[in-house]
Amino acid sequence: MPSALVEKYFRADKLPQIWCPGCGHGIVTRAIAAAIEKAGLDKDKVCVVSGIGCSSRAPGYLDFNTLHTTHGRALAFATGVKLAHPELKVIVITGDGDCTAIGGNHFIHACRRNIGITTILYNNNIYGMTGGQYSPTTPKFEKGTTAPYGNIDKAFDVCNLASSAGATYVGRSTAYHAALLTSLVQNGLNNDGFSLIEAISGCPTYYGRKNKKGDAVNMMEWYKNHAVNIAAASKMTPEALEGKFLIGEFKNSPEPEYTSEYQKIIDRMKKER
Amino acid sequence: MPIRERLSGNEAIAVAMRQINPDVVAAFPITPSTEIPQYFSQFVANGEVETEFVAVESEHSAMSACVGAQAAGGRTMTATSANGLALMWEVLYIAAAMKLPVTMACVNRALSGPLNIHNDHSDSMGARDSGWIQLYSENNQEAYDNMLQATRIGEHKDVMLPVMVCQDGFITSHAVENIELLEDDKIKAFVGEYKPEHYLMNPKEKIAVGPLDLPAHCFEHKREQAQSMINAKKVILDIAVEFEKLTGRKYDLFESYKLQDAEVAIVIINSTAGTAKTVVDKLREEGVKAGLLKIRVFRPFPSNEIADALRHVKVLAVMDKAEGFSAVGGPLNADIRAALYGNADGIKTVNYIYGLGGRDVRSDDIETVYRDLLEIQKTGKVGADYRYIGVRE
Repeated sequence: MPSALVEKYFRADKLPQIWCPGCGHGIVTRAIAAAIEKAGLDKDKVCVVSGIGCSSRAPGYLDFNTLHTTHGRALAFATGVKLAHPELKVIVITGDGDCTAIGGNHFIHACRRNIGITTILYNNNIYGMTGGQYSPTTPKFEKGTTAPYGNIDKAFDVCNLASSAGATYVGRSTAYHAALLTSLVQNGLNNDGFSLIEAISGCPTYYGRKNKKGDAVNMMEWYKNHAVNIAAASKMTPEALEGKFLIGEFKNSPEPEYTSEYQKIIDRMKKER
Repeated sequence: MPIRERLSGNEAIAVAMRQINPDVVAAFPITPSTEIPQYFSQFVANGEVETEFVAVESEHSAMSACVGAQAAGGRTMTATSANGLALMWEVLYIAAAMKLPVTMACVNRALSGPLNIHNDHSDSMGARDSGWIQLYSENNQEAYDNMLQATRIGEHKDVMLPVMVCQDGFITSHAVENIELLEDDKIKAFVGEYKPEHYLMNPKEKIAVGPLDLPAHCFEHKREQAQSMINAKKVILDIAVEFEKLTGRKYDLFESYKLQDAEVAIVIINSTAGTAKTVVDKLREEGVKAGLLKIRVFRPFPSNEIADALRHVKVLAVMDKAEGFSAVGGPLNADIRAALYGNADGIKTVNYIYGLGGRDVRSDDIETVYRDLLEIQKTGKVGADYRYIGVRE
């Protein structure tokens, strides 16, 4: 029997999902459902949009209005949904390849506009669905099927990228830190403007295997042992932070949301005519 | 001595690319063509080729990088499928208009939507008017052979056009079959070095590529481009003769299979031709005069040659693995009907849309088509000429 949460928010008849054993995507997707539950959203007022890739299969399992689009373009489609129906909670589920390579342009512009879309970026550091090619978040010198001896490209820090481009809520968690992930998504949903939550999700099949990260459990342990919450990091020495990465809430600075600003122009022009 | 191997269609293309050793390959992963750049990047990493491999961030960038590299005088290749090809659209036309002989392996897949990763021809059929030469392949051997010839065809001084080598996604791209490869040195000699007449960064000749071309000259340039496509037909045939001397494998603009005395025939593209040939053989044993015409070169379209080959046929089915949405049937049907009109009139012709989104096409389906043709021949009544086979209605 599926849990009450799964029963309520998932298309249970579509389960089990197709992700590989040990993939973190199921945990991340459940965390999104848990955040929606905690945020107390009306299911019928939520639209989940995705692009192409492993992450983008998630809306197939989620029981909301869902829109599965083309590679990299989820945010462009979602922008249309939000402008047509500003009252909807629009959630974009995307991946590192989808959002920061082919869809990178849409990403920075959605951030810049601060449009009311909550984006959860499942970052598994690889193109999983097509067989493990290196992506813009594959760490430098790590391997992919298109970089058998190591990738020389510098990886994006997607949280820094979103912050710099203008997103008003930014946070990072991992599939291991599911409770934190849930609260970040919940806060993101409560932010009127553009929110980016990076969910680091292990790909034992390609990224893990190519880079000798061990099995799914080893990858989870790595997240557990190497993630430092930003709140704790400020009290740590640079030596203690060596080799660690930050999780937690990085930015929470609300600004006027795009569709409401748009409406203000319409209202003003109607009044002046 | 030719090398006997067992390879998938994707591997066969990657091996051909390794043997050609292009200067630049730029590609982005998309199912089912992903394996081609993946195998190839391994060749690059292992130093088996001297190619610069560019792992770009989208197909639009892949084709753009190919255009840049080719304009700079490099021999350039890429591979893609479906939405990847669609994303290249803008740059496809530019490659053709700039007379840049980029070679592309197109692994045919249904173009979204609905979102689907399996085979039909809706991707490359949409690109048929982009100015690219299109070669189609029934199996892995033909994909390999076409890829080897494509570079020669595109780079011929009378042509200078980009070439797309198509094969069916998964059906031939992933199925492992026997194949006969040529030795590397023979390919090297056959393909030769790419020596473009004009290219960027040439200290002896500074040129502008892609400038604004207004009404004073644009039409002449398009006419010149059209002439290159006309010229391509002879070049394709000449290179096929040369290739036959090298390999013993004969290529033409299309393949006629038991067509010479056929009364009922079908026209088809890519892997289903293999299925159809077994049906033709079966019907021939029953005494039915069945035949088949398999398109190899779809652009330039060999209108007159096709009309000559089909002239004697009584009833014809044109098989389209791409929907035409109330055009004159599917894209192949429209071209075949136009080729026959005024050239070989009086052939009763029906069009079948088949296999969309990877729907399996069995020999029974093809046999049904031939039985329908025999019925038309018997009754003289064509009935609906825009038909579907294998769909639930």
